[in-house]
Amino acid sequence: MSDIIKTDVLIIGAGPVGLFAVFELGLLDIKAHLVDILDKVGGQCAELYPEKPIYDIPGIPLITGHGLSEALMEQIKPFHPTFHLGEMVTTIENIGDPLFRVTTDTGKTFECKSVVIAAGGGSFQPKRPPIAGIEPYEDKSVFYAVRKMENFRGKDIMIVGGGDSALDWTLNLQPIAKRLTLVHRRDDFRGAPDSVNKMRALVAAGSMDLRIGQVSELEGADGQLAAASVKDKDGAVTRVACDAMLPFFGLTMKLGPVADWGLEMDGELVKVDVSTFESNRPGIFAIGDINTYPGKLKLILSGFHEGALMSQRVHHYIHPEKRLVFQYTTSSTSLQKKLGVA
Amino acid sequence: MPNVTFIEHDGTVHTVEAELGATVMETALKNDVSSIVAECGGGCTCATCMVYVDDAWSALVGPPSADEEYQLDSAFEVKPTSRLSCQIKITEALDGLIVRTPAYQGR
Repeated sequence: MSDIIKTDVLIIGAGPVGLFAVFELGLLDIKAHLVDILDKVGGQCAELYPEKPIYDIPGIPLITGHGLSEALMEQIKPFHPTFHLGEMVTTIENIGDPLFRVTTDTGKTFECKSVVIAAGGGSFQPKRPPIAGIEPYEDKSVFYAVRKMENFRGKDIMIVGGGDSALDWTLNLQPIAKRLTLVHRRDDFRGAPDSVNKMRALVAAGSMDLRIGQVSELEGADGQLAAASVKDKDGAVTRVACDAMLPFFGLTMKLGPVADWGLEMDGELVKVDVSTFESNRPGIFAIGDINTYPGKLKLILSGFHEGALMSQRVHHYIHPEKRLVFQYTTSSTSLQKKLGVA
Repeated sequence: MPNVTFIEHDGTVHTVEAELGATVMETALKNDVSSIVAECGGGCTCATCMVYVDDAWSALVGPPSADEEYQLDSAFEVKPTSRLSCQIKITEALDGLIVRTPAYQGR
């Protein structure tokens, strides 16, 4: 358990909408920390379409997902947000009026006066292969991430996939494995060429195995894997001994813990008041793709608008004694000072 | 307008009209073919809109691009006729196209 981190607002999700919320809050002298399950900022812009063009950001005819994330990071620099990446918020507890204690899956604890959920489609989580009976093995001998390499020492390891994660872990774990088998559906890898070459050299030297096919069946007992069957494209099945498996099939969006926070939902979306974007729990807001209200459109520009209006309401909680005077960045010396341009 | 038939894993059949130039994925979403997830919205970046192109149509539809093939690496139960439906554009020649959907798109 770490020390409690105190902040005005905790933003859950560092996608474009969460990032721009830092700007709108910052103009009102409200400090923010952000938590995101990905190891980088940008949310879907970074994970799903870093190189794809976006055509509907007002005033910007064309920008990539990566470009938009970069531009937003530049724009919010004056407000010095703190990022907590690779973490997922698990609980939000009311401890005041409003004051929240928020915890993450890595054991961090925050205390804040408002929580802004800008979680898009939920949290990006590893895709689970549809292998019958895989559940009892998960977190015991089938893992979607490597937390401690040492846990894999001396094991028969099977890594499944053809991207950078599969290749990187193949190269990292091969030296400490009893035997490592990489399974991929085709004999072509799109990971970094250098990693591919290194992996091929290990195979050529007989230091690891490469099997082309798809995992069709698991064997074992009480969560402990003993072997996996690999089916090749002609349907021939090979049984491979393994006591640990790491499937890497990329990420998918799951709602995750948001469902457990006592929020009024419409399916997988948080219902909000349209003038403040506050949920049914006072002090907890939802902006961007994760919310719903009459007429909602899942557009980045809508999320930006929602962030601006949300900030006005959050101001009441953070600076209740201060009257909020509406100002423009173009003409207000006070706002320009905050932006570091006056 | 050309017709496209979706045969879902559970046997549900949808024969629907498709707009020329639209993708097979867009056609599926417009017609509530629920086994097409299309998480990324058609960017060829998520592999949750995979279909199996009917054998009779496979040659005409053609093979996936290198980028698409790479995305198929993160799909499951991939077969030689697998395509991402967001990467197939409807043309007059594809009138009558039949595609099947997998049981699981990764979520």
